[in-house]
Amino acid sequence: MKTAVLQLPGLNRDRDMLAALTLISGQAPQTVWQTETSIDDDVDLIVIPGGFSYGDYLRSGAIAARMPVIKAVIEKAKKGTRVIGVCNGFQILVETGILPGALMRNASLKFVCRQVKLEVATTQSAFTEGYSKGQVIDCPVAHHDGNYFADPETLADLKDQDRIAFRYAEGTNPNGSIDDIAGILSENRNVLGMMPHPENLIEAAHGGDDGRRLFEGALNLISA
Amino acid sequence: MTINNTYPITEDLIASHGLAPDGYQLILDLIGREPTYTELGIFSAMWNEHCSYKSSKKWLRTLPTTGDRVIHGPGENAGVVDIGDGECVVFKMESHNHPSYIEPYQGAATGVGGILRDVFTMGARPVAAMNALRFGDVSHEKTKHLVSGVVSGVGGYGNSFGVPTVGGEVEFDARYNGNCLVNAFAAGIAKTDGIFLCKAEGVGLPVVYLGAKTGRDGVGGATMASAEFDETIDEKRPTVQVGDPFTEKCLLEACLELMQTGAVIAIQDMGAAGLTCSAVEMGAQGDLGVELYLDDVPVREERMTAYEMMLSESQERMLMVLDPSKEEIAKEIFVKWGLDFAIVGKTTDDLRFRVFHQNEEVANLPIKELGDQAPEYDRPWREPGLYSPLPADQVQEPEDYGATLMSILASPNQSSRRWVWEQYDTLIQGNSLQIPGGDAGVIRVDGHATKALAFSSDVTPHYCEADAYEGGKQAVAECWRNITATGALPLASTDNLNFGNPERPEIMGQFVKAIEGIGDACRALDFPIVSGNVSLYNETFGEAILPTPTIAGVGQLDDWANMAKIAGANEGEVVMLIGCDGSHLGQTVYMRDILGETAGPPPEVDLTAERYNGDFVRSAINNGQVSSCHDISQGGLALALAEMCMAGGYGMEIDLTDVQMPLHGLLFGEDQARYVVTIEEKMAQFIANNAADAGIQFRVLGKVGGDKLVVKDVLELDVAEMKSAHENWFPDYMA
Repeated sequence: MKTAVLQLPGLNRDRDMLAALTLISGQAPQTVWQTETSIDDDVDLIVIPGGFSYGDYLRSGAIAARMPVIKAVIEKAKKGTRVIGVCNGFQILVETGILPGALMRNASLKFVCRQVKLEVATTQSAFTEGYSKGQVIDCPVAHHDGNYFADPETLADLKDQDRIAFRYAEGTNPNGSIDDIAGILSENRNVLGMMPHPENLIEAAHGGDDGRRLFEGALNLISA
Repeated sequence: MTINNTYPITEDLIASHGLAPDGYQLILDLIGREPTYTELGIFSAMWNEHCSYKSSKKWLRTLPTTGDRVIHGPGENAGVVDIGDGECVVFKMESHNHPSYIEPYQGAATGVGGILRDVFTMGARPVAAMNALRFGDVSHEKTKHLVSGVVSGVGGYGNSFGVPTVGGEVEFDARYNGNCLVNAFAAGIAKTDGIFLCKAEGVGLPVVYLGAKTGRDGVGGATMASAEFDETIDEKRPTVQVGDPFTEKCLLEACLELMQTGAVIAIQDMGAAGLTCSAVEMGAQGDLGVELYLDDVPVREERMTAYEMMLSESQERMLMVLDPSKEEIAKEIFVKWGLDFAIVGKTTDDLRFRVFHQNEEVANLPIKELGDQAPEYDRPWREPGLYSPLPADQVQEPEDYGATLMSILASPNQSSRRWVWEQYDTLIQGNSLQIPGGDAGVIRVDGHATKALAFSSDVTPHYCEADAYEGGKQAVAECWRNITATGALPLASTDNLNFGNPERPEIMGQFVKAIEGIGDACRALDFPIVSGNVSLYNETFGEAILPTPTIAGVGQLDDWANMAKIAGANEGEVVMLIGCDGSHLGQTVYMRDILGETAGPPPEVDLTAERYNGDFVRSAINNGQVSSCHDISQGGLALALAEMCMAGGYGMEIDLTDVQMPLHGLLFGEDQARYVVTIEEKMAQFIANNAADAGIQFRVLGKVGGDKLVVKDVLELDVAEMKSAHENWFPDYMA
């Protein structure tokens, strides 16, 4: 698997993501700078990490979503390349429209960084196949704008099509997201957007490795 | 069209620049003529208290600043300390008190931005931040507004920049009603052979301006921070800068990338007094003159005067002396990161600081004198009065020990700070091993399997008020102890000295005695001060803050697998006190918050015991003999045990029935140099024997188990109930 990690000015969990992917896959991912207009054909996993792209001085993710490099990501995604957007990456994907809904300011109106519980809501994706359905895992969050919202029709579609990947579990919803939604999949199930940070929970030093299976799945490292 | 930059130099104008008549006379003597308006501004910026340390210098020189591990002590942007393997930790703490009171969000945000810049200016990537915050009484009308603004400002900047906040303090006291304290700490890691300094070298080299554009924000900020507050405070809002963490993050990446190329000869961030201070320091330190051409400075406002450009404190800017052969490479990197890059001057050999604007020389001053020869004062000071001893048996006992402990752990100052630190990103960079809520924050060092660094920030202002010397000692000792409680070896520290008006002999007396105490403790504990900051004039309407010499320190763990935490004990393990039995109640939380008195002296710090007990505990932790550890500080043994139970989610059964000492002294005494550790039962006798052999005082207190904290025949509290009371105070208050 060839992996690429996007580097846009203001993203700041790119180093965490690069370290996590290197540790799990044994090889350093390619990095893609903001001025690129295409992604190499042989890349089969693209990751948009967290942070504050362009300062998020407009709506979170709104500026990044209009960059040519993101258009190239979306083209690849539509053709089936796997894409993970974490935190600001999720916000960017939502702004492009490839994932539905919106990420509003947290209900508390405050930034929140803490460990939460996630329920694996579907195993029908490369990202979640390493877990069992209904399994509850630990995962940290760190965001200001993670309050997921979708209109009733969109929400019904997400449920009917089994596209909710993760839900906040055991009363740990940190931001007021509708239906406790923490992460969702695209229609073709190869794009995952999520607010929590699995890359910060993959080894003993992190106090657990519940996030690891997500990347192992995305990297085809889970043997059947 | 020319912009008017000429004003008559009147007495009022001189006074409004914070220059006393003797200071102004010194200027006249130095340059032999009346200064221009721009020059007056430049002198005011360089010679104010904030930038020149004119009241404090004499005393700061007495602090120990060297050691085996110290690479650069005070005088640089930050201190530099060796952590082995060709790497070093670069750190400093700095106050942003005055601006944070006037405009809490931006004041705190730019405080964080400023200290981060100090660290990466030296070539280090920031890896940890802390914040020591002090606010007025919880019932004061401004307190909630300040807490809310400061905390979101700290988070807003640090979170976006991308540094984990791993520790800090939040304290309330009526003495901060008119002046809150925001002390920001940052640490970074650099290659020891890749440290950059501000000393310019070479004549005729380009002086380059980098980063954000210059605006009118913050003009006169450093002068504002060198004066007391009065009823005109709201008019001072325009002197507060506005932060842009996005630009700072880009500036960090661009600077580190540029430093790799070997193009940087000298670099200085534009902090207080912006362009003036950075240019003068680079020249003065390198024995060179500097010429600046203000028409080339990138500006974001029209018709800015030379005076405004020289005094602007716009954020996220740097000044650099560049190797001319690498100018194109440098420019490319800055364009890549979308930052301004402009050659605004050059180094000269005439030791003059010359500033040109619109074909006119607006300043021509001797650079060395400007940089180094600010008036230095030996201000009169008075030995503060001391309290006579107060034995525990002369202090009223509580009627109900359980209710007393509950009241302490749910009080404004001893309750959980989770509401605060959950607004900070504590996990970014993926190296956080201990986040706030324990004794010290710990991060692992990138690229090493086992190495980690520990950070803590401490001071007990009420101790300092009652006895500045002992209080100064205690601040150092507690910081050293908190780092030790993780198993780390304390390496070095930074001091952030917050006091009132130094022109008052009683305030100067607090300052002098506190420094004496800090110096003695740092020497005894091998904990040199490698950087720091002084914030004076923290007064409003003549009422000073509590003397608050904040000490922040760094320690090193060789193997974090053996690190101790506040939690981690197992059922049935032995709970042991290392250090003496408690008996000291003067100036304690019990005295202040339960009895409502401020009687007695603060606890004395026996530096020999501090050292011995700490070294003993650290060695036990490093040998894997201890399952959890917590230092005993404010609130005494009782609160320490309660905090361990709440963090671990287990109970303890403690038995003090055979100790023939006043019980309130044992439980709430704040005697120093003490720790609580938990030890596997089969190991307990071994540790006890070791302690006895080493002459270390200790006491077996009881066992871990159950879901209650029980002190036999004294108190019995449900851990879940304690935790809920402890956790709820802050969110309830801020709701």
